[in-house]
Amino acid sequence: MRCLDVVEATEAVVCKAQVSLPRWVVRSIEGALCRERDEIARYHLQTILDNIRIAESDARPMCQDTGLPVFHVEIGERCLLDFDLREAIAEGVRRATRKGMLRPNVVDPLSRSNTGDNTGPGMPYLIVDHVAGDLLRITAFPKGAGSENMSFLGMLNPADDPFEYILESLADRVSNACPPVFVGVGIGGTFDQAAALAKRAVMCPPGEREEELLLLERINDLGIGPMGLGGDTTALGVKIEKAFCHTASLPVAVNLQCWANRRASVTVTEEGWSIE
Amino acid sequence: MEHRVRSPLSERDVSKLSAGDIVWLSGTVYTARDKAHQRLREVKLDLRGGVIYHCGPLIRDTTVVSAGPTSSVRLARYLPEVLDLGVRCIIGKGGMPGAAELMRGRAVYLAYPGGCGAAAARSLSVRGVCLPELGMAEAVWELEATDLGPMVVAIDSHGRDLYREVRESAKRQLKR
Repeated sequence: MRCLDVVEATEAVVCKAQVSLPRWVVRSIEGALCRERDEIARYHLQTILDNIRIAESDARPMCQDTGLPVFHVEIGERCLLDFDLREAIAEGVRRATRKGMLRPNVVDPLSRSNTGDNTGPGMPYLIVDHVAGDLLRITAFPKGAGSENMSFLGMLNPADDPFEYILESLADRVSNACPPVFVGVGIGGTFDQAAALAKRAVMCPPGEREEELLLLERINDLGIGPMGLGGDTTALGVKIEKAFCHTASLPVAVNLQCWANRRASVTVTEEGWSIE
Repeated sequence: MEHRVRSPLSERDVSKLSAGDIVWLSGTVYTARDKAHQRLREVKLDLRGGVIYHCGPLIRDTTVVSAGPTSSVRLARYLPEVLDLGVRCIIGKGGMPGAAELMRGRAVYLAYPGGCGAAAARSLSVRGVCLPELGMAEAVWELEATDLGPMVVAIDSHGRDLYREVRESAKRQLKR
């Protein structure tokens, strides 16, 4: 596999994720507009749908917060990588930044100085899985600060109700996360595992298990609505991932994703790359 | 009710805007977020009647590519100083705790739908930049708005704050 293919594939997939949303995300927002009864909420949902169309037709990022460079990388077991994969992906991110498709967002957490190219220690952030086959698959999940800042984690008492905790926290925080949101929940495991599960959950399409649909309904019953100004749709989907935990613990993490649930995938082979 | 307004705004202009109204705004707006707010007094701008946009735009050369609002909650601590400089209108998303009391009789808060940077950019053009050393997202961009909207009057100058009303209603729902 050629290093340059990974660089180009990354640049292409990063740009695609900024200008267009998966069809299922757009359909989900269209569904919310059909159901919405609140006039202000309808204004917001209509502007969001107009914005999605403008971004795609003008090939410009739908949101000025082009996010942190987060990637899910699936590496086939027969995939031969004789170069630094992290560096190749970082170079793709730098190229997309130079093209003006990414706002320079990455700073040192203490000095706050901006690297100017969206890379730095720990960035891009790669979530890696080893899978069967000989393909390399890179999925870009640009993650904006609005929804990331409103995400939360609690080390609850096993006697606590995790869903009450989630609802109370959302009632306080979700209006700043650009609702309608997608909610990724990680329950159980260790402190860090719960957060990682929540991130994995929000990277999945919404779940349809009973507890996921029930939590979704209870979130929407809060009436916080699009952009926190009231309405029928506060969340578009919930996904819950679990891990077994210590008998004395109940870790609960929630990773929020704004309506701009951006993602795009590219596959790289020995022959080259293609966007999915 | 729908309004078309032009900056700079007078006290009378903002008093006509009530919570829940829809607004389209034209004229000069200044972007400012965290770092710019810390240094707002250094920038010798005349902000009387002015509009501050909580926004870190994506700009290519001198073209606004994407420019939706950022979360205003981070900037709530600077609000008294901003209002003392004469600002009459803040555009952002998510609202600011405590703003309704400070803005009473003086200013309004308009909500532009978060994440809608591509749509907003079509109504904005660059006229200048202050504090460019802060970088693209944090600099103060002087932008010319042409019918920027639709925005919702989320906090008016008569003491109403729609975010607070929605949050209080959500808390009542939780207790049920």
